[in-house]
Amino acid sequence: MHLQLDRVSKVFGEGRSSKLVLEDISFEILPGEFVALVGSSGSGKSTVMRLVAGLERPSAGAVLVDGRPVRGPGSDRGMVFQKYSLYPWLTAAENVAFGMELQGRGRPEIRERTAYFLEVVGLAGSASLYPRQLSGGMQQRVAIARALAAEPQLLLLDEPFGALDLQIRESMQEFLYQLWQRTGLAALLITHDLEEAMLLAQRLHILAPRPGRIVRTISLASERSDLAHLRVSPQFLELREDLARTLRSLDGALGA
Amino acid sequence: MSARSQPRLLRALLHPWSLGVAGVLAVVIVWTLVSASGTVDKLFLPSPAAVWAAGQQQAAEGLLWSDIRASVSRVGAGFALSALVALPLGIAMGANRVICRLLEPLLALIRYMPAPAFIPLLIIYFGLGELPKVLLIFIGTLFFNTLMIMDAVKFVPSELVETALTLGGRRDQVLVRVITPCIIPQVIDAYRINMASAWNLVIVAELVAATEGLGKRISLAQRFLRTDEIFLGLIVIGLIGLLIDLSFRLLLRRTCTWAV
Repeated sequence: MHLQLDRVSKVFGEGRSSKLVLEDISFEILPGEFVALVGSSGSGKSTVMRLVAGLERPSAGAVLVDGRPVRGPGSDRGMVFQKYSLYPWLTAAENVAFGMELQGRGRPEIRERTAYFLEVVGLAGSASLYPRQLSGGMQQRVAIARALAAEPQLLLLDEPFGALDLQIRESMQEFLYQLWQRTGLAALLITHDLEEAMLLAQRLHILAPRPGRIVRTISLASERSDLAHLRVSPQFLELREDLARTLRSLDGALGA
Repeated sequence: MSARSQPRLLRALLHPWSLGVAGVLAVVIVWTLVSASGTVDKLFLPSPAAVWAAGQQQAAEGLLWSDIRASVSRVGAGFALSALVALPLGIAMGANRVICRLLEPLLALIRYMPAPAFIPLLIIYFGLGELPKVLLIFIGTLFFNTLMIMDAVKFVPSELVETALTLGGRRDQVLVRVITPCIIPQVIDAYRINMASAWNLVIVAELVAATEGLGKRISLAQRFLRTDEIFLGLIVIGLIGLLIDLSFRLLLRRTCTWAV
């Protein structure tokens, strides 16, 4: 799918208490592309995601999927929330099957695809466990499997690893990267973690806060066979420092 | 005492219920001692033995069972009706802002009208039969049940609803497959809590007008100064209430393992 945001603005509230949250956001995601939005809190990055998901409507501008404006949520844009999005009364397998059941797919197909996607996220052995019996990382992998099983064309990831410990987060980043390479899915990642965005995305946009707007766009080299190695390579660190300065200056301008 | 029985005794003492049982036993013992000492007139404080005897007599005459049946079936009918209406109403109010704004002020107002104050009206409308008693329980619990269910719906995490929408779910699917299962534990708990007021109301209704029932038996006992029968009535009412409470707890634990 081809996603376009064309001069999108978003205002919350009305009249005197209204607040401009996003101003003139334009970017696009081509089929199979991995794009990241990086910004501190207040940059409205989650609002961008909600606009793309169809959970919010833009106040101005347009969110277009294959040229047509988004009218609401749909299974073509699967979403993974930061946390607490698994249904606690369903097992891991039932959670993965949930979206396909809503879509009205046949039972054998659901069973087969559930098993397949649990396998993909490495949780075939935990199919019958309930969310509270799973660790945070396992829960997020179930949430990703559930989103994938509904056959989206664009995967929306809203700080998917934000609530995880550093070590688990790194292994989840590896996992997500490999998954993206295997599936060839387009993805939009929202994060405040610069390193995460740089490791995973082909293109990243830096958002300035209050109101949220894109201030810098960077294309990243697509060759990255070894993320652990990439993390500590001099070029990577240099670019990271450069971008971190940009982010800091945005926050500093706010404080001044 | 053998060496092996000791840990078993200790374990029994450490059981979470043992303190509660001890508390009840203590009251019964104090009651026995005070009534045996003769310091309080038997008319005011009948002995446990006298209450037990009154119970045996009523059981033998069949009065006890018919009273229990009468009260329990009134509570059952009135509360079942209230639970049945409150569930869809509460979900609709919790999930739909228009319905909520329309009904919430009205419900909040009626909720502050004491249900027993409706008794005269109900008697004028429906006479002295079963219907006004059942309706009293219905009126007295409907609004609490509805508002508690509405609150439960409002506290369903938005991520759960939005996830379903982004998976391609329709609004009606969200209602049936996300919101409803999510609130079941709170619904059961709301029913458990409001059951207590249903049980209070049936006794009040029977005090006013009835031919049988546990409340009626108590008010008859007062007329003949039979404090032993009043004590009996109170204890039976308490025990049945406790039993209902425990069965709701059991139901919750059995059906919603994920939430307890």
